[in-house]
Amino acid sequence: MFTTLHLAIIAPFFIAIVVPILYKYFPRTHTGWFVLFVPILLFLYFLRFIPETSNGNTYHAVFDWIPSLGIQFTAYVDGLGLLFALLITGIGSLVVLYSIYYLSKEQEALNRFYVFLLMFMGAMLGVVLSDNLLVLYVFWEVTSISSFLLISYWYERDKSRYGAMKSLLITVVGGFAMLVGFILLYQMTGTFSIQTMIQSVDDFTEHALFLPTMLCILLGAFTKSAQFPFHIWLPDAMEAPTPVSAYLHSATMVKAGIYLVARLSPIFAISGEWLWLVAGFGITTLFWGSFNAVRQTDLKGILAFSTVSQLGMILSMLGVGALALHFDGIDNNVYIGATAAALFHLMNHATFKGSLFMMVGIVDHETGTRDIRRLGGLMTIMPITFTIAVIGSFSMAGLPPFNGFLSKEMFFTAMVDVASFQQFNMDTFGVLFPVVAWVASVFTFIYSMMLVFKTFGGKLQLGQLEKKPHEAPFGMLLSPIILISLVIVFGFFPNILAYTVIEPAMASILPSLLRNGEHFLVDIYFWHGWTVELFMTMGVVLIGTVLYLTLRKWKSIYSLFPKHLSFNHLYDTTITRGESLSAKVTGMYMTGSVKHYLIYILTFFSIFLLYVLFSTDAFALNTDHLAPISMYEWLLAIVLALSAIAIMFAKNRLATLIILGVSGYSVALFFVTLRAPDLALTQLVIETVSVVMFLLGFYHLPEIAENFKKARFQVKNFIISFLVGFTVTVIGISASSTRLFESIADFFPKASYDEAGGNNMVNVILVDFRGFDTLFEILVLTIASIGIFVVIKLRLNEKEER
Amino acid sequence: METLMTITAGILLSIGTYLILTKSLLRIVLGTSIFTHGVHIMLLSMAGLKTGAVPLLGEDAAAYTDPIPQALMLTSIVISFALTAFFLVLSYRTYKTFGTDDMDQLRGSKYE
Repeated sequence: MFTTLHLAIIAPFFIAIVVPILYKYFPRTHTGWFVLFVPILLFLYFLRFIPETSNGNTYHAVFDWIPSLGIQFTAYVDGLGLLFALLITGIGSLVVLYSIYYLSKEQEALNRFYVFLLMFMGAMLGVVLSDNLLVLYVFWEVTSISSFLLISYWYERDKSRYGAMKSLLITVVGGFAMLVGFILLYQMTGTFSIQTMIQSVDDFTEHALFLPTMLCILLGAFTKSAQFPFHIWLPDAMEAPTPVSAYLHSATMVKAGIYLVARLSPIFAISGEWLWLVAGFGITTLFWGSFNAVRQTDLKGILAFSTVSQLGMILSMLGVGALALHFDGIDNNVYIGATAAALFHLMNHATFKGSLFMMVGIVDHETGTRDIRRLGGLMTIMPITFTIAVIGSFSMAGLPPFNGFLSKEMFFTAMVDVASFQQFNMDTFGVLFPVVAWVASVFTFIYSMMLVFKTFGGKLQLGQLEKKPHEAPFGMLLSPIILISLVIVFGFFPNILAYTVIEPAMASILPSLLRNGEHFLVDIYFWHGWTVELFMTMGVVLIGTVLYLTLRKWKSIYSLFPKHLSFNHLYDTTITRGESLSAKVTGMYMTGSVKHYLIYILTFFSIFLLYVLFSTDAFALNTDHLAPISMYEWLLAIVLALSAIAIMFAKNRLATLIILGVSGYSVALFFVTLRAPDLALTQLVIETVSVVMFLLGFYHLPEIAENFKKARFQVKNFIISFLVGFTVTVIGISASSTRLFESIADFFPKASYDEAGGNNMVNVILVDFRGFDTLFEILVLTIASIGIFVVIKLRLNEKEER
Repeated sequence: METLMTITAGILLSIGTYLILTKSLLRIVLGTSIFTHGVHIMLLSMAGLKTGAVPLLGEDAAAYTDPIPQALMLTSIVISFALTAFFLVLSYRTYKTFGTDDMDQLRGSKYE
């Protein structure tokens, strides 16, 4: 049944169809105002599910999409899906509001922008609310495509196109691996429904395909979530308009990979490989992203690497959260804290990173540059933007009293706890987790400070800026102000989130830990006493400040990495090499010569048909019903064959024409002996006219004979021609020797007089039983004659003589 | 008889194909003509030869030859004539425009 929930998921697509019309007929209103209603209404709609899910209920509605293949569009709302749906529509509303002021309606093609944005919104809702893996995959790829279209929104820029291509190639390759993983899952479980799989999870954890499946699916998740080493597409994706970067490439789309990992945790998380892969890649990405963010000079570049790093952090927490499955129940189970932290940080990241992106957009919009070497001293000119930047960055750096501090503390707790886990080599290598986490946090602190003080501190360099800076209009500030208020609100009252969305979402990730009626209890608060985590944070601030101040002195370590060993270089080389290789391979057979194409076709068909004929033993030679051969017919056949062979070798045009006439008339004579008077008459007339026509052609084309004379016998062509003739002959003999069903020939002698009133059966068939054939034959003749007339009269260039 | 006809048809088809694969435009046009002859003979012999009288009801015979292939071929003869005429004019125009009738020089553009 198609329910309101399905409608809510699909609604953005429907509205997207209307957008170009609105854009055309209401040119005075910014199209964004119409679009704004969609995410707001959807947000309110999804809010209504909160009471349901926080009671531990789920809601699902089935719509038979392709019943013949058993594919159902099952909309499934549980804590995890709802958390993402709220994120998508909530941030979506703010981004659309922001874009209304960011993109001018006079200069930008708003119709395209909002169509792509709505398409993305619908697809993203589809990803997080579908229970069927194939439907999820379809929506997943639509998000990749809309991301591609949005990155290349300013397609006249080279870098936009490069970034769009890169993101598409990397995410789609991952997506394809993921599809393979989904199909393997189906092989193991016999269903595409995630919830059904989760119920039967114990049956296939020992299956041989379990590990390959996991690897394939994780590849999809990692490419989408820009995990090391697939992170290289995200910085280049920053060529998109800033609202898009804030929305797709920070708050929502890149979290689809995290969603997938969280969603499939109940299936895979019990295995040690999952733990190591998810947590390991996550923590590597965390470090690599934050380390590289410091060397960036573009504000959006810093934010891009920061996003990469924060995504890695969330993923590592999800990975560590899987440890909880190795204990019974939820009492005294410290590792469930990691999962709670992951979800909490997911929300926090959306708030502070969203506002930071919008802040950077404002700076870019008002000064004309995002280069931190040219920016500085904007504190007094843009006080509100400065405040947003300070709160956002401090939250990102993990300073109190903002929400980032809380989730950073929880993250440290999780990482410290890992080291004490006793399985999967955790007791030996586990100690790396808190160390790497701490180092990465130091770099996070440094780039957060850069973001604020390089832009707003220091001296104002008016000469370096393209515009005279001033504070942004209120409408543009509204969205980041709302987000930044959330940073503070969630900082002081984190449990608003904990009770409403985090606890139900945890129930979706770790369902096996809950006994009947139980639910997770998450209580987030500031003061835990003088714990290790607090000392770690203090260390981060201390070392971070020292390193930030001495940045100039140690920055040279970045040039230690040779450029040609970077992943970007690898990507570029692969693309250029691949292009030249495929051009070479294609050039080998796509020669542009029709003759060659004809040879491929003929050879393939001949060999294929002969193979089938002999492999199925279909060749038959039946001489029972054959008609006798008279002397004349032998003679005619020999004349016909000889005349045809002669044409091959003839060098003189007129001689060729005469030989062609001979073969045509012998065919006509054959028709006479074979009881086909109508054919014989027609053939005679046509043959005569043809000869006249060829003569006319020769008269007008005296020069054309040059190549004609030079022609030499081509052995290769002859072999192919022989093969064709042989194939047809063999098939012809087999066909006339085998009668599979009765001919309908008996119908016509009876019917042609009674029904059509004619004695000549062939004529009756042509004008009566198959009258339309004849009608269209006349049509073909008409078209041919028009064509001939046009081709003769056509003058492609004026000077050509008649 | 049918076997002989089929083999003749096979020879005609071979030669037609060979001519179509040559460089000269004019030979290609000739090739299509020969090819058509081959197809006609093949069609006729597939239906079985000399199985009855000429398909005219006034003949008053016990059996008639199958009229359907004949009707089909009648259409085919006329259409192949139209096709030959069109090919001929097309090669005339090609020659006028490009100044050559060599198929190796008449390749598609290098940007495709």
